[in-house]
Amino acid sequence: MEKLTNRSAPVNRDPMTFGEKIYLPAIAKGLSITIGHIFKKKATVSYPEEKRPFSPVFRGLHVLNRDEEGRERCTACGLCALACPAEAITMEAAERKPGEENLYREEKYAAKYEINMLRCIFCGYCEEACPKDAVYLSETIMPTNYTRDSFIYKKEDLLIPHPKMQQETK
Amino acid sequence: MLLLQIDTAFIIEKILLITVILLGSLGIAMYLTWAERKVAAVMQDRIGPARAGIFGLLQPLADGGKLFFKEEIIPDRSTRTLFILGPALAMLTALMTSAVVPWGPDITLDNGSVISLQVADISIGILFIFGVVSLGVYGVMLGGWASNNKFSLLSSIRAASQAISYELAMGLSLVAVLMMTGSLSLREIVEQQHGFWDGYFTWNFFKQPLGFLIFLICAFAELNRAPFDLPECESELNMGYHQEYSSMKLGFYLFAEYINLFVSSAVIITLFFGGYNFPFMDKVAGAASPIVFSLICVLIFLTKIICCILFFMFIRWTLPRFRYDQLMRLGWKSLIPLALFNMVVTGAAILWIFK
Repeated sequence: MEKLTNRSAPVNRDPMTFGEKIYLPAIAKGLSITIGHIFKKKATVSYPEEKRPFSPVFRGLHVLNRDEEGRERCTACGLCALACPAEAITMEAAERKPGEENLYREEKYAAKYEINMLRCIFCGYCEEACPKDAVYLSETIMPTNYTRDSFIYKKEDLLIPHPKMQQETK
Repeated sequence: MLLLQIDTAFIIEKILLITVILLGSLGIAMYLTWAERKVAAVMQDRIGPARAGIFGLLQPLADGGKLFFKEEIIPDRSTRTLFILGPALAMLTALMTSAVVPWGPDITLDNGSVISLQVADISIGILFIFGVVSLGVYGVMLGGWASNNKFSLLSSIRAASQAISYELAMGLSLVAVLMMTGSLSLREIVEQQHGFWDGYFTWNFFKQPLGFLIFLICAFAELNRAPFDLPECESELNMGYHQEYSSMKLGFYLFAEYINLFVSSAVIITLFFGGYNFPFMDKVAGAASPIVFSLICVLIFLTKIICCILFFMFIRWTLPRFRYDQLMRLGWKSLIPLALFNMVVTGAAILWIFK
């Protein structure tokens, strides 16, 4: 059979020598390894106090963006829903009324925008599909919960705070 | 009626000593659970319990509290009396052994009275320890049998046969030591190992290295600790004899194991590493007052015990578990012949070389 890697070593099936049979040298060797580990750097991260940095390509919880004046960018074009392989996104479009120009950037906006976080696989295709730079995947881990309903994130849950009207809350 | 005249001061002294030793060994056993987890953690590049208190020092209390408030379940099909007796017996025998260990030299007060730092200096100290240790396996056996569970039963059978096999080698390795000391009293064995260097090394370890090795291996087996923790091996027997136990009864089993670890380390130190003796102790004894000197001795003894316990822990987190047939082969085919050989050599040396 052809070898997959050149790292394999043949198994030594010779009968054990006296030194191997009495185990004690092997025990000493094992002890020296484990005792050596006492002085090694610990791998533990004390989580709530100390957080491991996310990788730059990390894809977390979605946010819906606003523009500089705090208007919603989303126009409910449905491209994100189309791109979504898990079919996690649903939306309903509505037309902007006169006088709502400070709320929505385009004439059409999403009256309802929902992402089912239980279906979402955080692939980021919605982010890529969006022509208006409205949906982004942030660096937040989805919080856990007890009910299924609470995992369907509404537009209010997803929108980032208004830059002028709302104080940013943590 | 003179025999019944008991000195009240004597009784108070002994009761005090017993209380201190009992509480001390309980407290030390408590922190051994913490130490075990810390040792395991640092060996696996982790930090171990660190949340409860500084360095996780309150962790044993939290564990104890948790076990205490757990629901107490006694299985319907179990033999109720024996089921309760099991952990009680394990705990009782674990605590009993500490009675004959000499924790420090006698303190002679100014008025001439002598305070002994040993609960009972009985002339057959080692026999007492062996007896109590063999009783200890009853706790495991009763618990495993009374649980009415196949795994528990298997585990208790294993525990019993393991204890019997290794007690033989343990006893035989000790016979060689006893041939040299000529006494079964632990106090006397310690006194014979006075100091460290007296033209030759006084500690029994230097006179009986092979005996010590056999004794140590058997101690591992007797304590049911890795690599000989077959009675409770998780992968085959789920949890072994304490599978059906919950709440504080489970706690007692786990706790008894750590008390056993402490006490048997004390016995190993007493028998082979000179107990409370240390190098240059005569000079220290001349310089310090008797009470201070005794305290130093006790501290030295405790330090030695802690080193021994740490060694036990290092081994546990280094070696994998033995297979059952390997365990039996090691016990019957290697250790017992080796112990017999050691005994014969010691006897011959005493007879012809050191007359």
